[in-house]
Amino acid sequence: MSDKDKIKIENINLYYGDFHALKNINMKIKTNEITAFIGPSGCGKSSLLKSLNRMNDLIEGVKITGRVLLDNIDVYKEMDPTVLRKRVGMVFQKPNPFPMSIYDNVAYGPRTHGIKSKAKLDEIVEQSLNSAAMWNEVKDRLKKNALGLSGGQQQRLCIARAFSVNPEVILLDEPTSALDPISTMKIEDLLTEIKKNYTIIIVTHNMQQATRISDKTGFFLQGEVVEFDKTEKLFSMPKNKKTEDYITGRFG
Amino acid sequence: MDNISKHNNAHEKLMQAIFFLSASVSVIAVIAICLFLFLRGFQAISEIGFSEFILNEKWGPTNVPPSYGILSMIVGSIYVTGGAIILGVPIGLLCAIFLAEFCPPNIYRIVKPAVNLLAGIPSIIYGFFGMQVVVPFVREYFGGNGFSIMSSSIILGIMILPTIITISESSLRSVPESYKEASFGLGATKEETVFRVVVHAAGSGILTSIILGIGRAAGETMAVVMVAGNSAMPLDKIELLRPIRTMTTNIVTEMSYASGLHQLSLIATGAVLFVFIVILNTALSLIKSKSARN
Repeated sequence: MSDKDKIKIENINLYYGDFHALKNINMKIKTNEITAFIGPSGCGKSSLLKSLNRMNDLIEGVKITGRVLLDNIDVYKEMDPTVLRKRVGMVFQKPNPFPMSIYDNVAYGPRTHGIKSKAKLDEIVEQSLNSAAMWNEVKDRLKKNALGLSGGQQQRLCIARAFSVNPEVILLDEPTSALDPISTMKIEDLLTEIKKNYTIIIVTHNMQQATRISDKTGFFLQGEVVEFDKTEKLFSMPKNKKTEDYITGRFG
Repeated sequence: MDNISKHNNAHEKLMQAIFFLSASVSVIAVIAICLFLFLRGFQAISEIGFSEFILNEKWGPTNVPPSYGILSMIVGSIYVTGGAIILGVPIGLLCAIFLAEFCPPNIYRIVKPAVNLLAGIPSIIYGFFGMQVVVPFVREYFGGNGFSIMSSSIILGIMILPTIITISESSLRSVPESYKEASFGLGATKEETVFRVVVHAAGSGILTSIILGIGRAAGETMAVVMVAGNSAMPLDKIELLRPIRTMTTNIVTEMSYASGLHQLSLIATGAVLFVFIVILNTALSLIKSKSARN
């Protein structure tokens, strides 16, 4: 499994109306690695992330050219978006649990994909919450409304919810930007723990976070990938002057 | 300087008094109506006897000896209101979902004003429409003479549509985009997302629209009196295609010539209707707050 290219991004160009937001992006994302996208606001890193599970389809006026291959299958031409999004899960910037019980939040995905058996759902809920390291915290209040949880717990619940449909890839869009340092640490630990089973791509504003958890880092600037390399390398000896300026805090 | 602040102070006091008075008007009105209804109504009920009034189905205030039972009208009100809910809620809710989630803008420009217009039509017009169109329709296709529970339910079902559509639509629209994103992100389709997340999240607003719809249907008089047939039926004769008398139509048909205890008993009917609506509203609000807590 290892060393395999899970996702291949080939010549992706993305336009919001007339605005050219992504320019000719090419990247290969490896299985069981954590890949971080960094760069200043508006650099296109979130747009690229959302192209990978076709969440950009939901925005009006978006045009995408090029190919995204998941296990060598073109996700724009050969795959239904619902199937794609089941395989490529997503965690959003702001924790967004549904206004339902903790249990129903996690069971929503499997139910949507046709699982009705109570025993099976119970099992999935427990497994997913366990993988998100919060089963023990919430097992006694599964029927309580998820909106009563703290922000950090809500975000971990969203990660559990993403696990519930058994995805292969998990996309995280600045998942800790709304959280306190302790919740952030818990989620970072969680991500390094689970990467053996998943392929993870994380967009982050926080360069320390990228160095702490990611194997590879891509630096984005004005819709282009300036540099994409092993995290260690990119942060210790960046090849590009712009990367160096950014990671040393000269702009951004 | 002192003068100006004194002036401002007095001005502020005056304005406060005006605001307070304006706020009091509605409170005073409610208290006055309750006092009137319950004092006069209580007089009638104590003379007739509570169970004789509420639990007796025989209404004949001009008979000798007179009888003052309104049970069949309470049941009549429940029937037509229930019928209106059965017809109006699904149609109204689906329309609201369509408007909020699926409607292309060019169709929205037609449907939305039509719904608003529906809200502005006076009930007497609904009554005429019912009499001229719905009653013959029911007579033709379902049987009976057309003046019936069914005709009343159809008219009331249409009348509550704007209430249900408008309030449900705005609560559906206020569901945060992030819930939908989360659902799409899990591989749900648009329909699944709308019915299982958006409608669920808008539940409390939808329930509010239904409560208001029930209040409107149970209290409606003019349109019902024109299509219901208005004969007080003994309980065992109440049928979907037969005429019915509701609490509201009982009052309006007899108020013009009633006097003495007869008149008081009509006011008491109004009091029962009032309590009926208050009980319905309280019950539904309790359900609402309970579901909100969970």
